Amino acid sequence: MIIGERKPIQEVLGMIAEHDKILIAGCGTCVAICMAGGDKEVSILASAIKLARNKEEKSIQILEQTPLRQCEWEFVDELKDKIETCDAVLSMACGIGVQTLVERFPKAVVYPAVNTTFLGLPEEQGVWSERCGACGNCVLDKTGGICPIVRCSKSLLNGPCGGSQDGKCEIDSEVDCGWQLIYDRLKTLGKLDNLTDILPAKDWSTSRDGGPRKMVREDMKL
Amino acid sequence: MKSGSNLEKVLEAGHFAVTAELGPPKGADAEVISKKTDILKDCVDAVNITDCQTAVVRMSSIAAAAILVSKGLEPIIQMTCRDRNRIAIQSDLLGASALGIKNLLCLTGDHQKFGNHPQSKNVFDLDSIQLIKMIKDMRDEKKFQCGEEIEVEPRFFVGAAENPFSDPFEYRALRLAKKVEAGIDFVQTQIVYNVEKFAKWMEMVRELGLHKKVYILAGVAPLKSVGMAKYMKSCVPGMDVPNEVIERMVAVGKEGAKEEGKNICVDIIEQVKKIKGIAGVHIMAVEWEEVVSGIVEKAGFLPRPKASG
Repeated sequence: MIIGERKPIQEVLGMIAEHDKILIAGCGTCVAICMAGGDKEVSILASAIKLARNKEEKSIQILEQTPLRQCEWEFVDELKDKIETCDAVLSMACGIGVQTLVERFPKAVVYPAVNTTFLGLPEEQGVWSERCGACGNCVLDKTGGICPIVRCSKSLLNGPCGGSQDGKCEIDSEVDCGWQLIYDRLKTLGKLDNLTDILPAKDWSTSRDGGPRKMVREDMKL
Repeated sequence: MKSGSNLEKVLEAGHFAVTAELGPPKGADAEVISKKTDILKDCVDAVNITDCQTAVVRMSSIAAAAILVSKGLEPIIQMTCRDRNRIAIQSDLLGASALGIKNLLCLTGDHQKFGNHPQSKNVFDLDSIQLIKMIKDMRDEKKFQCGEEIEVEPRFFVGAAENPFSDPFEYRALRLAKKVEAGIDFVQTQIVYNVEKFAKWMEMVRELGLHKKVYILAGVAPLKSVGMAKYMKSCVPGMDVPNEVIERMVAVGKEGAKEEGKNICVDIIEQVKKIKGIAGVHIMAVEWEEVVSGIVEKAGFLPRPKASG
């Protein structure tokens, strides 16, 4: 899923300083699961903003709504009436949600209240970590199902660099060495031979390096 | 001859090679390079010029190396994958070759987190093994990485680093085998303090027959102080400093530290020299270049062979 983290309250207050009536729009999917922008977080943020504005003696009216997803036209359409009555929208979705609102409601002023951090999973309660770099050309078949693009700090494709020590990465003793994980996994699978093949230079054009990406499936078009 | 470099000739002639390291300045002062060149000249066969080591901005390796060439000391430029994509690397290497630089060490590169611009973006378009393959193809196939032909190819004696002390240990010799397959001519290892572990790694290297395919230079570095020894042990990833080494440094006190550091270095050189398959040593004394001549002399490596041809 897409992982996000709410921006610091001061930054959010700065964005909406000139507005008196806003909609806080949550998202009921990824950011709700990672507790950054679901309906609970929407109401917490609304309270925090009201408190701050009361302190400044600048009143603010806040509407709240959390569609199931903020990245699909049919769900964001539910927000139409509220958006039209507000000065601005504070989106608590990922960056995709923010842009979906902007595209669907061109006249609306939309601000991000969440930093989109990565594609990952909740490892345990309160801990999320990255798993996919969306490079557009998956190599997990060669690396025992562990991604070298995002789990190695240097996205190396041919084994660990010289900074791998005791299973940890040179950048931080809290970060697992992705290649140690790959090595251990392939060892378990009896496929260490995979590691003697040289993986050629990667074609990064399927990644963000190729420019903004778009997928068209003629078979799915109406 | 692949490059015709002095280092290549010395190794091909069967001499035990000696290389050193020179860190370019954090500034544009050419005089610093000239002074260090004078210090290292005549006591080593070639000198590595680091490429923004530990991700700290310094004068470029290629530019500093051009100064060495003009002063008659042979450089080994270093190229990391951290700061350049395949376009920039190939372009810089064409230029380096045109400037008369003949040796090249291919590295992954330290993560920028360690350096003075931790907020920068990294590149890692290629990894070090893909980098080696690209450079070998440029030299031997006269082809750019994209497959297009090169009219006048860059001719480098191509090296890589390998760290026998990082993990997974069992994979380290195999990783070197990948570098050999990708096309290296020589290897310089991470600094050896733990000779026993190094010898074990060399055993694995010999089992794979790698010592017969490439020249292996053992990395060594004189310790300056107990503090430096302890720092390297606990704070430098992939560095193995045994307690006995630290104890030797502690025993001599502050006054004797530098001398004992040199002695330990010479002792390690004597030991690694005896390991089958070691073709030379690489002395890393960055920002302490003046110590190199003494170590080389004490180890009995002077005078350096004059490569013919």
